[in-house]
Amino acid sequence: MSSQTIADHDHHDHKPVGIKRWLFSTNHKDIGTMYLVFALIMFFIGGSMAMVIRAELFQPGLQFVDPQFYNSMVTVHALVMIFGAVMPAGVGLANWMIPIMIGAPDMALPRMNNMSFWILPFAFALLLGTLFIDGGGPAGGWTMYPPLVLQTGKAFPYLIFAVHFLGVSSIMGAINIIATVFNMRAPGMTLMRLPLFVWTWVITAFLLIASMPVLAGAVTMLLTDKYFGTSFFNAAGGGDPVLFQHIFWFFGHPEVYILILPAFGIISQIIPTFARKPLFGYASMVYATASIAILSFFVWAHHMFTVGLPITGELFFMYATMLIAVPTGVKVFNWVATMWKGAMTFEAPMLFAIAFVILFTIGGFSGLMLGITPVDFQYHDTYFVVAHFHYVLLTGAVFALMASAYYWLPKWTGYMYDEKLAKIHFWLSAIASNVLFFPQHFLGLAGMPRRIPDYSVQFADFNMISSLGGFAYGISQLLFVYIVIKCVLGGKKATSQVWEGARGLEWTLSSPPPFHSFTKPPKVTKALMDY
Amino acid sequence: MYLNEWMKNFLFKLVFVVSAFFFLSPDILHAEWGLNMTQGVTPISQDVYNMHMTTLYVVTVIGILVFGVMFWSIFHHRKSKGVKPSKFSHSTSVEVIWTLIPFIIIVSLAIPATKLLARMDDTSESSITVKATGYQWKWKYDYINEDVTIYSNMAEDSVEASQRNSGIDPKATDNYLRNTDTALVLPVGKKIRILTTANDVIHAWWVPDLGWKRDAIPGFINDNWTIINKEGVYRGQCAELCGKGHGYMPIVVKAVPEKEYTAWIEGTKLALKSKNASSDKDFTMDELRAKGEGVYKANCLACHQANGQGIKGVFPAIDGSPLANLKENIPAHIHQVIYGKGVMPAFGEQLSDTDIASVVTFVRNNWGNKTGHIIQPKDVVAARKK
Ligand SMILES: [Cu+2]
Repeated sequence: MSSQTIADHDHHDHKPVGIKRWLFSTNHKDIGTMYLVFALIMFFIGGSMAMVIRAELFQPGLQFVDPQFYNSMVTVHALVMIFGAVMPAGVGLANWMIPIMIGAPDMALPRMNNMSFWILPFAFALLLGTLFIDGGGPAGGWTMYPPLVLQTGKAFPYLIFAVHFLGVSSIMGAINIIATVFNMRAPGMTLMRLPLFVWTWVITAFLLIASMPVLAGAVTMLLTDKYFGTSFFNAAGGGDPVLFQHIFWFFGHPEVYILILPAFGIISQIIPTFARKPLFGYASMVYATASIAILSFFVWAHHMFTVGLPITGELFFMYATMLIAVPTGVKVFNWVATMWKGAMTFEAPMLFAIAFVILFTIGGFSGLMLGITPVDFQYHDTYFVVAHFHYVLLTGAVFALMASAYYWLPKWTGYMYDEKLAKIHFWLSAIASNVLFFPQHFLGLAGMPRRIPDYSVQFADFNMISSLGGFAYGISQLLFVYIVIKCVLGGKKATSQVWEGARGLEWTLSSPPPFHSFTKPPKVTKALMDY
Repeated sequence: MYLNEWMKNFLFKLVFVVSAFFFLSPDILHAEWGLNMTQGVTPISQDVYNMHMTTLYVVTVIGILVFGVMFWSIFHHRKSKGVKPSKFSHSTSVEVIWTLIPFIIIVSLAIPATKLLARMDDTSESSITVKATGYQWKWKYDYINEDVTIYSNMAEDSVEASQRNSGIDPKATDNYLRNTDTALVLPVGKKIRILTTANDVIHAWWVPDLGWKRDAIPGFINDNWTIINKEGVYRGQCAELCGKGHGYMPIVVKAVPEKEYTAWIEGTKLALKSKNASSDKDFTMDELRAKGEGVYKANCLACHQANGQGIKGVFPAIDGSPLANLKENIPAHIHQVIYGKGVMPAFGEQLSDTDIASVVTFVRNNWGNKTGHIIQPKDVVAARKK
């Protein structure tokens, strides 16, 4: 296998140039870069929708947009952030890092890799295009619950096909990652020596393959209900609108872990590096990740405690949900134990990683509260839920992505980024995101439902604070773009190892790595990871 | 200055909120800014509140411990302090302990939660049953066994103030967005069964003071109960995204002594009868337009807009439409209001003959529609018979 690979390279070891390099790319690093740039663009598109939402909610009364448009902002913001920003960013990191972390020359299926990326811009063209047609974009929430979603106008088929394309793209990406990790590891890179980032991605890939087809099935049933006279979700025709919710969340809950597991992996790479100490409890980290993934298929109905499930069902899903706190706790404890007695320094990746541990844990706490069924009857569909999932997804997943960007930028570009600006970016983000989301806990507890364009005046103060935090967070992210561009253009040369405490194969390659990463498989020994 | 005042207010609240949430007692949490869950006015809402506080305390203590250890480490185990990193990488006993302790904690939370859930589930032995039906965008309440049905729309002044750039200050509006034209009147101290269902899409019926919310799903009926211990007016709103008017579906529960409740039921029965009886009277154009404007605001404006233009591609315009202008279309127009068409709901059940006559007259003689057509209640009666 390996000699074959090397022989192939001799034949076409040229770097395509210009637009062809990107359009027809089969190179894992180029495709990884495209994924990351795409994700960043989507992050700003989704973010600008969040700005519209926060502007409208700045004061009671309707000032800027109509309720219908507001609902489509809420809907499309979620779809863009989940499927356009966080997931592609994760796949981009996987593309860039997995081959060089396991000592492979490229991904196992490079042409499929190209296709899975290039589907994305088309899928989002379909989705975002609906905002400009008569009747506007989809406005029934990203959860697409019938019967409401069936009232969508011309945007409906575009929404469904966009979701199908995104699913196809994700499944192809997932297959590629599994094929790569299982077939292309360098000699000596045993499964239990895999960097945690690779492990979390392998598990995520299995989640994707298991859950994406379920979503595809659900939206196809919506399509036939709307256009072909079926009644899967229509009670008048013998169907059940709640059936959709079961199917959707059977996909949707694993989806939550698809967003967060790669983040766990990133944090598990960064904390040891800056604590200059091996990751505490490597094996239990792997097992905890796997158990979270398995449990994620048995908790879906905690999103639907208020639909009127039988009490036995509610109890089952409550217990299963609370159980997830155990492996999640193990991960947090392991990170803290990794810091313990280390020799820490606090560069931007470490700052984001520490903030991740704290803020993700706060999101986990509210998650545990939400899991308690009788109390969830009060929390459900309020801003308490909005606060909860933004703590785990923004100060969780997105902070981890920011951490990874700073951690690996020197490896990707060959230059060090501007540490001073990055620290400013961190502090602005950390403070603003808490001003943005912490008050939303209070709003939810005080009785403000989510997804409303206007609210009763007792919610005015905290909404104003939250909006100010939102604007501050949005503006601070422009600084990130500036830092990245500056780093790509030049700066202090980065060494191969980049960080004093960095361990692993990716740090043995030059910064930036050669076009075909490992042309000769490296020999992996235990010493490689030693401190 | 306003901004200065605001900044002071803001800083004070920020400091207060952060400290209160983590360290202070529930009484302070419960202060005037609506920081915490309400304790409500039913036995269940009190239990739910207690369960919420217990969990909040548990996670707060865990948070203080875990973050405490972490920050101690962050301050002491720094390279800048010349620390040499230690090399340990696992400890089976520690890992077993911190798997077991969280497990024990969640079991101890799950036990009271299970008991509470069982209590909430028991709807037996209720003395009154009310069915709440969600509509886009209002609530209908049927007092089962009493033959009383009322519709509850958002109050008219809230409708006006909530129009985009209405220029009306929400703070000057009575219970902005949380006020209805008709309240759900319930007796205190009685076990009341509340059924939830919906007519079009999924809604959710939620009054925080009662301690729960429940989805209202078309084609299915959910079963709930409450005992309200304290007289008063309790406000809530639809909690499940149900389209454009989702934010404008308030719920007002008025809890009154039983005697007052019985009197209200009798009075409502009489009023409903007389409302349906006035169909043989004829009205003038001005009377019909005045009444029709109110009906329009409560029932039509959310979709067709204040200017009658609707929303392009979603809700058709009435202003200038053939249906609302051509004389030969009058029967079709009345028919569509009574029976609905496509996304437009049927209003025949909830609006009286006079209401329908007034609103049809109103839209045919408003904005650019200057038809001069007058529709009388008897025309509606005739249309219903067909
Ligand atoms: Cu509703």
